[in-house]
Amino acid sequence: MKLPDAERLCQQLAAELKPRIGPKSAMVGLYTGGAWLAERLHPMLGLKTPLGLMDIAFYRDDYAARGLKHDPKRTKIPFDMNGAEILLVDDVLYSGRTVRAAMNELFDYGRPASISLVVLVDRGGRQLPICAQHVGATVEVPAGMRLALKRADNGKLALALEGERAT
Amino acid sequence: MQRNPQLNEKGELQHLLSIEGLPREILLQILDTAESFAGVTEREVKKVPLLRGKSVFNLFFEPSTRTRTTFEIAAKRLSADVINLNITVSSATKGESLLDTVANLSAMQADIFVVRHESSGAPFLIARHVKPHEHVINAGDGRHSHPTQGLLDLFTIRHYKKDFSGLTVAIVGDVLHSRVARSLIHGLTTLGASEVRVIGPQTLLPAGVEALGVRVFHDMREGLADCDVVVMLRLQNERMRGALLPSAQEYFKHYGLTADKLALAKRDAIVMHPGPMNRGVEIDSTVADGPHSVILPQVTFGIAVRMAVMSIVAGN
Repeated sequence: MKLPDAERLCQQLAAELKPRIGPKSAMVGLYTGGAWLAERLHPMLGLKTPLGLMDIAFYRDDYAARGLKHDPKRTKIPFDMNGAEILLVDDVLYSGRTVRAAMNELFDYGRPASISLVVLVDRGGRQLPICAQHVGATVEVPAGMRLALKRADNGKLALALEGERAT
Repeated sequence: MQRNPQLNEKGELQHLLSIEGLPREILLQILDTAESFAGVTEREVKKVPLLRGKSVFNLFFEPSTRTRTTFEIAAKRLSADVINLNITVSSATKGESLLDTVANLSAMQADIFVVRHESSGAPFLIARHVKPHEHVINAGDGRHSHPTQGLLDLFTIRHYKKDFSGLTVAIVGDVLHSRVARSLIHGLTTLGASEVRVIGPQTLLPAGVEALGVRVFHDMREGLADCDVVVMLRLQNERMRGALLPSAQEYFKHYGLTADKLALAKRDAIVMHPGPMNRGVEIDSTVADGPHSVILPQVTFGIAVRMAVMSIVAGN
């Protein structure tokens, strides 16, 4: 199947977000794909606050079943969460469980004024009452397939479809 | 070949009993995970929900303040419930056996046992008898092993020196009675430190210590030359009685870390100590409180390292 061009979606999201950036806006990217996307969007939007990066490993809801399987990255929130208008950035929105975990972690840094969700693609299949405010594209992906963002050595972003990871 | 009692059938860490025999990948997994937890301990809400609903039993058959407290803080920051049992004043004095004590606690729905015992091997014995969902963490057994202290020492060294290759590390003092030294030596050799030295009088170094892959020095000035890391060990007062040493003053003269001896190490050397310190016996106050000392950061890192160990074993 034909997947949308990640680079073009990134430009499109930047254009959509630009008029909404205010003095209290701050961006948090979720490892790994969301962090790549946020690292691109952040300079394009000229945000005053430094970029935050978050690994939600300690907030996942499947720890009991899967344990800590990868080495989590260190979450870095280099701005005051209290009163911030957060743009939460991820690559693919699917079940909504990652976003649930991310919101819980954000609140452990303080009380943001608002959180908006920015995703490159929404593939449907939500298991929680969560929706994104800014969506690059909506893509139909067969169940059992995994849609993920890849970053090439030259920094170029691309969407890729792969078989479901064995769990 | 018999399976490593710390690992499950998939080769994942199920109990932490000793650094000896742990593969490099697992040591690095623990250090990397601890790095993420170090971030948690710096923020406003110093808690994550990972071990919510789990019970951690601190079983201390031997007194300890720092280790027990940091395990307790670590478990609480993972949202676990912590039960502290000071067994020296409990059932053991009434004659209950070690395994009966553990079986009773297991019947109270334990998930993790943190065990300190004066007998080497006690945590191994417990690990062989617990249920599959229960995990054992060695918090110091006899002279044998103190893996979380070894891991926090490794974490501290990596934090300040970034990489183990090219490092010369000196461990100074009572290596003979030190479980900390043994754990650290195994960790450093597994992670590829260039050179590990042990420095001390003949009476306080175990016979055949060279077999662990270390260089032995009896002259401290020779041993400290060009070191990147100096780890001082506590001199236990009771060693003076066993005729192993003439006196504390005499020991300090030869093996106490003073500013002028430390000057022989590299200019950016760090000084570590597992605590509790005997100022004026193994270390001079000007060094303990000086710019090279990372003794208090070690304590802070110990919390993140113990969070990492508990969350890794409880998930496997």
